[in-house]
Amino acid sequence: MTANLFFEDMNVGDEIPNWSRKTGFMNWNRYAAVNDEFVPFHMDDEAGRAAKNEQGAFGMGNLRYAYIVNALRDWIGDEAEIREVGCQYRAINQKNDVLTVVGKVTEKKVENGENLVMLETNVTNQDGDATCPGHAIVVLPSKT
Amino acid sequence: MSESEDETLVTQDMIDRQGVWGGERTSPPIAESDIRKWAIATYWPEKPPAIYWDAEYAAGTKHGGIIAPSDFNPFAWPVDRPTRPAAANTGQGGRGRTGLNGGQTDTYGVPMRADDVIRSRSRLKEWNERQGRMGLMLYTFTETEWTNQNDEMVRTRISTGIRY
Repeated sequence: MTANLFFEDMNVGDEIPNWSRKTGFMNWNRYAAVNDEFVPFHMDDEAGRAAKNEQGAFGMGNLRYAYIVNALRDWIGDEAEIREVGCQYRAINQKNDVLTVVGKVTEKKVENGENLVMLETNVTNQDGDATCPGHAIVVLPSKT
Repeated sequence: MSESEDETLVTQDMIDRQGVWGGERTSPPIAESDIRKWAIATYWPEKPPAIYWDAEYAAGTKHGGIIAPSDFNPFAWPVDRPTRPAAANTGQGGRGRTGLNGGQTDTYGVPMRADDVIRSRSRLKEWNERQGRMGLMLYTFTETEWTNQNDEMVRTRISTGIRY
């Protein structure tokens, strides 16, 4: 098994590959099914409008969080670890939004024998709006 | 609404519960199919990585077998259904009864695997109030710990709840 990334190759300012999904009921209903998250305003336009979202039903914050985890996993590969992920839900995920996870390395250090890489992350929509500012820490293998 | 009604959304119940661990739960054993379905749903419509569904591939990785995505929830689909306040389901209600998910920070330990049984406990950590677009807004921070059957830390979450 080979690693996707090595700690030595990381530099502050490096960006993770963009990870995108066009979102709507096909995504939300599947997520509701596995997470048992059948909240009316995620399932039904009328309930979404009743919750003061004029465009109707809207996506789950938890699914946006999953997209961040997935973007990190796809980037670091299976020989590395996701140590921490945090985010704030600042905007609603509307139907047909194209969400893109973005991230940039802000720091790298060795702590307690672990090769830690810190990132700032976000989830932007098709208009470039930042909907979910956050951070992440991953643990990468070393070449030595 | 009078000014006195707008003074605080903090309740005596919150004050009593601050820092007190509770809400203890134990998950059913995680099934490999739970992990596979979770990965398919969260990667939809693309194919999820093999580490989440291909035992032969996963055996050759540092993990030595299939692991669950970090965000996997082993507590979904309890037989005894939790009751939710009506306001939490609709996003509507009276003053202080509209709830929003403000976000979270998760710190991960060992990964979850098939046959793991996860124990959870949580406590209200702290809160603050501030004036926002919707009037007085209450931000609560809840800490939740997950450990597995070997008492290994799986995940610690600080979640932010917003009420107005």
